[in-house]
Amino acid sequence: MKKFRVVHYINNFFAGIGGEEKADIPPEMRVGAHGPGLALQQAFGEEAEVVATVICGDSYYGENMESAEEELLEMIKEQSPDLFIAGPAFNAGRYGVACGAIAKAVQESLDIPVVSGMYEENPGVDMFKKEFHIIKTGNSAADMRHSMPKLATLGMKLLKGDLIGSPSEEQYHTRGIRINYFNDKRGSLRAVEMLLKKVKGQTYETEYPMPDFGQVAPNPAIKDFTQVKVAIVTSGGVVPTDNPDRIESSSATKYGIYDISAYEAMPSDVFTTIHGGYDRTYALEDINRVVPLDVMRELEKEGRIGSLEKYFVTTTGTGTSVGNARRFGQEFSQKLMEDGVGAVILTST
Amino acid sequence: MVHIATVVPIALTVGANRIVPAIGIPYPLGNPNLEPIAEKKLRRSIVERALNALETEIEDQTVFE
Repeated sequence: MKKFRVVHYINNFFAGIGGEEKADIPPEMRVGAHGPGLALQQAFGEEAEVVATVICGDSYYGENMESAEEELLEMIKEQSPDLFIAGPAFNAGRYGVACGAIAKAVQESLDIPVVSGMYEENPGVDMFKKEFHIIKTGNSAADMRHSMPKLATLGMKLLKGDLIGSPSEEQYHTRGIRINYFNDKRGSLRAVEMLLKKVKGQTYETEYPMPDFGQVAPNPAIKDFTQVKVAIVTSGGVVPTDNPDRIESSSATKYGIYDISAYEAMPSDVFTTIHGGYDRTYALEDINRVVPLDVMRELEKEGRIGSLEKYFVTTTGTGTSVGNARRFGQEFSQKLMEDGVGAVILTST
Repeated sequence: MVHIATVVPIALTVGANRIVPAIGIPYPLGNPNLEPIAEKKLRRSIVERALNALETEIEDQTVFE
C-alpha cells in the first residue's frame, strides 16, 4: 500500500524559530514533520507521511511574495509530494495570506491537492477560498487539536478522489462554487413558499446568504487641499509611553485619541507602539515610520494641506475583530467630522 | 480616506478604495536601511502620493503605485 508523501508549510512561530523578531526569516526546508506537523502526522496515521516541512517568516513572505514563492516551490518540488498542507493559520493575517499564496502556487505548479485552515476573519479566507479548500478553525492556536485532524481528513479525501461534501459537512469555508443538483420541488415553488413565510413573519432559511464585504463607494476627489484639515489614523498601535487607555497588543477592544499639536515630529520618549503583530524595533527607533508626523508638519507649513488635526487616532490592527473595528471607525469618524476633518490618512503595519 | 499599507492584497480585500503601497510591514513609512535624510525623503514621497490619491477621482478600488 503506497504511503502518500505530504509536505507541510508553517511559519517562524510554529517552527519554534521565534516570534515577531524572527518574522523576517527567508524560506528553509527541514526533513520530516515539525511543530504542529507532528499532530498532522499523527492524524494521517500509516496512510501518509509528512516527508518535509517548509518554513518562511510571515513578514519575509509578505514583503517578498514572488521570490519567496519561487524558493519555496523549488524546495517543495524536490520532495515529490502527493499532498500539500499549509498552516493552519487561525487568525494570523500575514500567515494566512502566505499559506494561501503558497498553497495556490503548489496546486498550480505541481497539480496536487492542497488544504489549509483559517479562522473566518483571516483575510486569507476571502482571498483564497475559491482556489482551494480552507478548513474553518477557531481564532487561535488553542484550536490546533481540533483543527489539524480536519485538515488531514480532507486532504486524504482529496488524494483518494473521494466525493467532497458540502462546506458544513466537511467544515471548510464556503467557496462560492455552485454545484448543480435536482431538488424535488422546482425553484419557483420554493421561492413562493419562502416569500409567504417572510410575509407572515415566520422563520425561513435563505438558500443563498448574501456575503457582507462592507464595501463603500469611493469619495469624490479633493479639489482644493489648502482648504482641508487632514487627520492621521493608524492601526499600528502607536500610543503614549504609559498606554493610558490600556489599548491591547492584539484583539483591541478600544482605540485612542492623542494630542500631537505640540510636536513637529513623533517623539520616541513620549510615544511608543504596543502592537503585538509586527517587530516593533524599527518603529521604536522612529515612530514617524508609522505615524508620519514630521512630513505632515512640513506639508502643513508649506501650505500643501490646509491644516493637520491636533490629535491622531490609533488602535492595534492585529487580531482585532471586524465587528470592533467597524464600531471604532463609526465612532471616531463621527468625531472627525464634527471637528471639521476633511481627509484621513490611514497607516497600517 | 487613503490607506497606506504594505500588504496591498489585504487593503484591497477589506475594501479600501484609495491604496498607497508602503515600504515594509514594521516600517510602512520608512526604511531603516537608508540614511535618515534619504528615509525622510522617502516618507515624504509616500505621503505626497497619498495626497495625490485623495485628489484623484476614481470609480473603483485603486492602488496608487
